[in-house]
Amino acid sequence: MNIATKKEANALVVAVSGRMDAVTAPEFEKSIADFIAQGEKTFLINLSGLEYISSAGLRGILASAKRLKEQDGKIIFSGLQGHVKEVFAISGFQGIFKIYDSDAEGLKGI
Amino acid sequence: MPPPRSIKIPAVLESLQAITEFVTAAASTAGFSARRTGDMELVLEEAVTNVFKYANPGNPGEIEVSCCSGGGKFSIEIRDSGKEFDITGLPDPDLSQDIAERPIGGLGAYLIKKLADEVSYRRLSGFNVLTLGFKQEPEK
Repeated sequence: MNIATKKEANALVVAVSGRMDAVTAPEFEKSIADFIAQGEKTFLINLSGLEYISSAGLRGILASAKRLKEQDGKIIFSGLQGHVKEVFAISGFQGIFKIYDSDAEGLKGI
Repeated sequence: MPPPRSIKIPAVLESLQAITEFVTAAASTAGFSARRTGDMELVLEEAVTNVFKYANPGNPGEIEVSCCSGGGKFSIEIRDSGKEFDITGLPDPDLSQDIAERPIGGLGAYLIKKLADEVSYRRLSGFNVLTLGFKQEPEK
């Protein structure tokens, strides 16, 4: 898993690529927690380079979203592909998160 | 039908990659699509990490994963000597709950049930035996 960030005017864009599984998901959750501790409140998570996600990855995302909700923060997603899109659909994450096709649309929707 | 192949390895998270690589290589050789092999990989991760976490807390034993194929079907059997645990008996999560209400966890067993074509559990001579069946193409 690789995490790259880019600061936009109204959000921190976090691009996650590779695999978010039981081994790597805690790393994602910790990164988001660190950014929250640094004062970030609005996140756009770009998953266009993510090839694989398991329930451990979903757990990391949900835990991060709960932490943000407590602080009136926000987490939205962009660029879901194939397997990742399917797992989001099965687990109902499509219903609880805002998901956009591109970063540009996501940033406009915040 | 070729004989089943198996891997026996410590039931710890560090074994996850070796287990998934073993099974996906076998499924790929048996002619299963990348998409179906991806489903297997996910189901397998959910099933074995569950064993790593709950079967023998503090004292991990071994886990044995066998697989075989034939007749357009691929079967994976996961065997561990941990405490009795039937993943098939867990209730489905409530997918309508929002971020604040949703409990953390509970999605692993649900993903197994949704992505595998067959899921069955037996307690056999002190072992948990979980069998997962996949057809060439998903029915759903």
